[in-house]
Amino acid sequence: MICESTIELYSLRSLGIGEKLLPKSDITLCDQFVLIGSGIIWNMYFCIIALSLGFIFAISTAIIRNNKYPFISKAIEIYVFVFRGSPLFIQFFCAYELFVLFPKIGIDINLIFTTVTFQTGWLTKAWLGALFVLFLNTTAYSSEIFYGALKSIPKQDIDAANAFGLSNLRKYKKIIIPTMLRNSWASYTNEAIFLFHATTLVFFSSFPAWSQSGDALYYASYFADKTFNPFIPYPIIAAYFIFITLLIILIFKIINVYFNKHLPRERKSSIRFLSNYMR
Amino acid sequence: MFEFCSDPSTLSTFDWFSCYLTNGKHIQFYKSFGLIILLLVLTAPLALMLGLAAAVAIKSNFFLLRLISKTYANIVRGIPDIIFFLFIPITIDQLIEFTRHKIKCPEIIDSVWQGNDFIVCSVAKLPLSSSPQWIHDMYGFSLAILSFTIVYGAFAANTFHGAINSVPRSQIDTGKAFGMNKKQIYFSIIFPQMWRYALPGLSNLWMLLIKSTPLLFLLGIQDIVFWAREIGGSKTSIFQYPHPDWRVWYFLSLLVFYLLLTKISEIALNRVSKKLYLPI
Repeated sequence: MICESTIELYSLRSLGIGEKLLPKSDITLCDQFVLIGSGIIWNMYFCIIALSLGFIFAISTAIIRNNKYPFISKAIEIYVFVFRGSPLFIQFFCAYELFVLFPKIGIDINLIFTTVTFQTGWLTKAWLGALFVLFLNTTAYSSEIFYGALKSIPKQDIDAANAFGLSNLRKYKKIIIPTMLRNSWASYTNEAIFLFHATTLVFFSSFPAWSQSGDALYYASYFADKTFNPFIPYPIIAAYFIFITLLIILIFKIINVYFNKHLPRERKSSIRFLSNYMR
Repeated sequence: MFEFCSDPSTLSTFDWFSCYLTNGKHIQFYKSFGLIILLLVLTAPLALMLGLAAAVAIKSNFFLLRLISKTYANIVRGIPDIIFFLFIPITIDQLIEFTRHKIKCPEIIDSVWQGNDFIVCSVAKLPLSSSPQWIHDMYGFSLAILSFTIVYGAFAANTFHGAINSVPRSQIDTGKAFGMNKKQIYFSIIFPQMWRYALPGLSNLWMLLIKSTPLLFLLGIQDIVFWAREIGGSKTSIFQYPHPDWRVWYFLSLLVFYLLLTKISEIALNRVSKKLYLPI
């Protein structure tokens, strides 16, 4: 195996572990494959954390918005409008410039018995700052998806739940949230894929890549610049992305089967990719 | 712009801003908003045409055509659009220069890719290094439009494919029973009805297109993001209008611009779909 030493040197390069210097000349196919693959770690990190946090917050905000509380529902509506109505690219820029303006030393947060210093410097780093923006972004989009699904839950379902004397909490747990998720799962799958694709923007907006540890696209464009040959790095990164997108679809399909396990086999609607892109 | 702008350091706040916001760089900044609109107006119809062509090709009887169009339509589902925006311009650029190199300088037999360089003879360069700046700008912008068209054409192909499939099967069968040929079925049955099913998807696509226009910046075009960074960065006192780092304000104004653009589009698209009695 020729590739072994390269894997040893570069497979965790994107995390700052391994060889410091990137290959400058005599770039082999193996270098490109391993380094771009190592960059994918960042894309997956952003996607998984933003998506799982966003999932919880999106459900809560959608329910709050649906219940029409006077001020907070309106505030959520405005938040969703701002994040859905503007490009993620601009959001990254805005957020980064805002984070830079924060005091360098950190903000003291006064909890009654103790004081916590929040290191604002971390927000200007991609791992936290960009993650925060991606989280806000995906929460807004998913919140809108879930809100739409909540509005279209048949009134009879809720009446039936009331007739059974279910408590409010049980009603949400057993009827409303499962129905909401079932009805919106295809759209949410799309959202997950779009979010994964959007992670490539992180190191191309204003968040700098420290000591050249960036995401997959960062390395791909590095190679394209260095070798003047786009026909190797870009197809490699495309292959990685297609593979992980298929993986996401598979995982979401398995969850979909779980949601619909009460249905007879022939009525189990398999999610297809929507021709209607929500993002 | 105004006469009193000759010495900005003596001005009051209001006058200073009225001078500052109308200086040469800001005029260029305002003009670059037009560039975004121009991109939208040019890309949308091109992408629609490409998408429609691909959607029809997916239904064709030729295996090869079907394979190519299906691959094309599906490729955007798996690969982020930004990869295409980086890949397509450089690829097309190299393709054109390579072809011109082969035609114009056949005497050079060395490979174009030498080590880490892409070398073509100077007459094969496009645009020629002697051409004026506006030709370079035009060339870059055309490549950008082409990339946007290819990516959004693929999205549109998916939408149209779904819409064509939504036209009731029985109507097409009726057309066949009347002895219509394929072309007649497409033009008098499928296309007129398809829009009803395609419009919600196309509306979303328009929003998607609007929200991807700042990626022009990555293609090296002097667009609104470029100017916001350029003008907003802190200026020392050697500049005519010194100010600290104001980039956050410039980017917030871009945010507001995009919010307005998407809001207006949403209202307009809702109106169109109401007029056509479409389910929104």
